[in-house]
Amino acid sequence: MHEMSIAQSLVDILHEEMENHNATTLKSVTLNVGKLSAIVPEALSFCFEIIVSGTNMEGAKLLMDIIPLKGVCRDCERPFEIEDYAFSCPHCDSPNIKTIAGQDLSIVEMEVD
Amino acid sequence: MKISVVKNILEANDRIAQQNRSLFDQHDLTVMNLMSSPGAGKTSLLERTIKALKDELSLGVIEGDIQSSQDAERIARLNVPVVQINTGGACHLDGNMIRDTFEEFNLAALDLLVVENVGNLVCPAEFKVGEDFKAMILSVTEGDDKPAKYPLMFHESSVLLINKIDLLPYVDCTVERIREEALKINPHMTIFEISCKTGEGLESWYEWLSREVRNRKKA
Repeated sequence: MHEMSIAQSLVDILHEEMENHNATTLKSVTLNVGKLSAIVPEALSFCFEIIVSGTNMEGAKLLMDIIPLKGVCRDCERPFEIEDYAFSCPHCDSPNIKTIAGQDLSIVEMEVD
Repeated sequence: MKISVVKNILEANDRIAQQNRSLFDQHDLTVMNLMSSPGAGKTSLLERTIKALKDELSLGVIEGDIQSSQDAERIARLNVPVVQINTGGACHLDGNMIRDTFEEFNLAALDLLVVENVGNLVCPAEFKVGEDFKAMILSVTEGDDKPAKYPLMFHESSVLLINKIDLLPYVDCTVERIREEALKINPHMTIFEISCKTGEGLESWYEWLSREVRNRKKA
C-alpha cells in the first residue's frame, strides 16, 4: 500500500504546476501508469480523493492510462510487446533487450481553471 | 485549460536518491538495498554475512521496519554500526529516510552499507534509496509462484537469494521453477541457493559480495 506516498507526491507536483499556471481549480489529471509499476489504480484513486478533499483539487477526476510493456531487441533490433512479463526477445530469444515503455509512472496532462 | 505536464511522479524521491548516490560515490561506498517478504530471512542473512565478512570489509546497516528495534539489536550485537528506521506504518523506505540516517554513520570509514528494507514484496521495489544494486530474498516456503505474482520486485533486483533450501523436502516448491520464472522476468539476475540455518550455499554469496565491493572500489 504505497499508493498513499505516490498520491502525496502526485498532489505536490499538481500543486506546484497549478501555482505556476495561476490555476484555481483542478478539473482532471491524466496519468500514464506503466504495466510494470506495482500500482493498484483503485487504491491510488482512493488515496488521491482523501488527500485533495477540502482543497482546490477536490472533485478532480484522476484518469489513468495503463501503458503496455514494450521492448526492442539489442541483437536483432526488432520491437515487440513484452507479454506475460517475459523480458527476452520473442523473435530471436535474446535476453539482451531494452524496455522502452511500460515502466513509467508519470503525469501527462492536467485540466485546470 | 489543458496543461501538458509530462513529469515522473516519483521525481522528488528519485532526486534525493540521486543525491544520496553521489555522496556514496564520494566515499567509495557500495550500497545494497536488501528486500523480501517478512520472514524470508533478511536479518539472518545479514548476521551470517557480517560474521563472514567483517574482518575483510567495514560494514554498516540501516534497518527498516514499521515498528520495533529488534532487528537493529540483533545487528548491534555483532559490533557493526546500525541505525533503525521505524516507518510508523509506511511499507517501504525512501530516499529521504535514508538521508536522515547519514549523521549517525562515518560514511568515509565504510566499504559496504546494507539497507534492510521493510518486509514487503511490492512497495520497496518502486522507491530508489540511492543504492548500487538491489538484492532480494525469496524463501522456498513462500512458493515458486512468487516471481509471476510480484514481477516488479524480480525485475528490479540484480540478485536473488533463494533461502531456506534445507526445507525443500517439506514444501511443494522447486528451485528449478523459481529459477525459471525469475529468469524469465530478469534474464540477468544472479541467483544463489542458500540456507541461513545450515550455512549451505553461503560461501559463494560471500565471495560474490566481497568481489562486488572490491570491484566498485577499483572502478
